[in-house]
Amino acid sequence: MSGRFQDVGHLLRMAGLFVAGAVVFLIVRAVLVPEGFGTWGHFRAGALDDNRAHPLRYAGRQACADCHADVVDARQGSKHAAIGCEACHGPLAAHAEDPDAAPAKRPDPAALCRSCHQLNVARPAAFPQIDAAEHGGGEPCVGCHAPHHPDV
Amino acid sequence: MKIDRRDFVKRSGTFLVLTSAAATAWEHVLAGTPEGAPNYRLTDHWWAMAIDIDKCVGCGNCVRACKIENDVPPQPFYFRTWVERYHVPGGDIEHPVVDSPNGGHDGFPETYLPGDGAKNFFVPKMCNHCTHSPCTQVCPVGATFDGPDGVVLVDKSYCLGCRYCVQACPYGCRFIDPRSNTVDKCSLCYHRITRGLTTACCETCPTGARRLGDLKNPRDPIHEFLRTHKVQVLKPQMATGSKLYYSGLDGSVR
Repeated sequence: MSGRFQDVGHLLRMAGLFVAGAVVFLIVRAVLVPEGFGTWGHFRAGALDDNRAHPLRYAGRQACADCHADVVDARQGSKHAAIGCEACHGPLAAHAEDPDAAPAKRPDPAALCRSCHQLNVARPAAFPQIDAAEHGGGEPCVGCHAPHHPDV
Repeated sequence: MKIDRRDFVKRSGTFLVLTSAAATAWEHVLAGTPEGAPNYRLTDHWWAMAIDIDKCVGCGNCVRACKIENDVPPQPFYFRTWVERYHVPGGDIEHPVVDSPNGGHDGFPETYLPGDGAKNFFVPKMCNHCTHSPCTQVCPVGATFDGPDGVVLVDKSYCLGCRYCVQACPYGCRFIDPRSNTVDKCSLCYHRITRGLTTACCETCPTGARRLGDLKNPRDPIHEFLRTHKVQVLKPQMATGSKLYYSGLDGSVR
C-alpha cells in the first residue's frame, strides 16, 4: 500500500457500520410505514378510499325521480317542491336498489307534519306554524292539506 | 464520441418528450382507480357548507338522517351533527341559555313563551372542516388528516383512541365511538359527495337551511350565497380556517 492509504481500516469499519445502520433503518421503515403514507400528506392515502367505501342509506332525490316522475310533476309549483323526498319518506337507498325486496313505508303524517309546523317560538316567525291542540279539531292534517302540494 | 449541434437537439428533444410522457403516465399510476368514484379527482374540489340560521326550523331531520346514514351510535349523546336552541333573554348576548335535548334528534319541546322579551333561534352544528384544523395538528400518528379536497377525515385503522383530537377541537365535534374505541366525526358524507350526491343532512333539510358547496367549482351556487349573505364562521379568533359559513349568526352563539 502506498503511504497515502495507510491505517484506513478503522475508517472503513466505521463506514461499514453506517451503511449497515442505514440498511436496517430502511428495512424497518419499509415494514412500519404503510402503503400510500405521504402520497397526499401525513396520512395513509388508502384512508380516503376507506371513507368512500361506506354504504349509502339515503338514495338522493334524483334516484327517486328516475321512477316516480309523476310525483315530481305533482309537486311542481308547491311550497314543498324543493324538499327532498327522503326528508319525509326516510332512507330509501335499499328501496331504490330493489323496490320489491324493500318496499317504501308510508310515513305517519300526524307526527311528521308537526315536526316542522308545530308552533315553536324559536322557529322563524315567517314560517307557517300551527298549534296542533287548537288547529284542525283533531282531524288528520292530510284530510285538508295534500302533503305533496299543501297549498290550501 | 463527437456530437454536432443537430445530434444534440435531436437527442435532447427525444429525452424531453419521453420524460414528460413518462411523468404523465406515472401520475396516472399514482392516482390509482378509487373503486366507488372513478371520476372523482381529489384536487378538483374544496368542500364547504353554508348554513342559513334564519331558515332552520329545528325539526331535527338532519340529526336523524346523519345518525342513520353514518351508523352513529344510537345513544342520545353521540352526534356527528346536532342542533342547539338559543334563548337570549333581554338581548343579552353574553348570557344565552342554550339547550339541545338529545341533540335535537326528537325535536324541541315548546319550552319558551312568545312575548317574553327574549330572542330564540336554532343553530345547527357539525364539524367545521377547518383549513387549519387543530384536531389534525395534535394527532400523534397521522390518523386524522385534512384531505386534499378540504374534508377532515379519520383513518379508523390507524387511530389509537388517545382522545387528543377530542380535546383539541374547539367546536366539540368529535367523540370516541364505544364500539371500536376510535374517534368518530362528521366525514361530510365523504362516501356521498365523492359520488355526486349531497350530504345526508342537506338531502333531508326541508327548508334548505344547509347547503353543501364546492368552492373550487365556479358554477356552484355557494358562491352566490356567500356573496349575497352576511356570513360568519364560529370562533373566528381561533384562526381555524373554518369552512362552515353561517348566515345570520348571532353574537351569543359559542
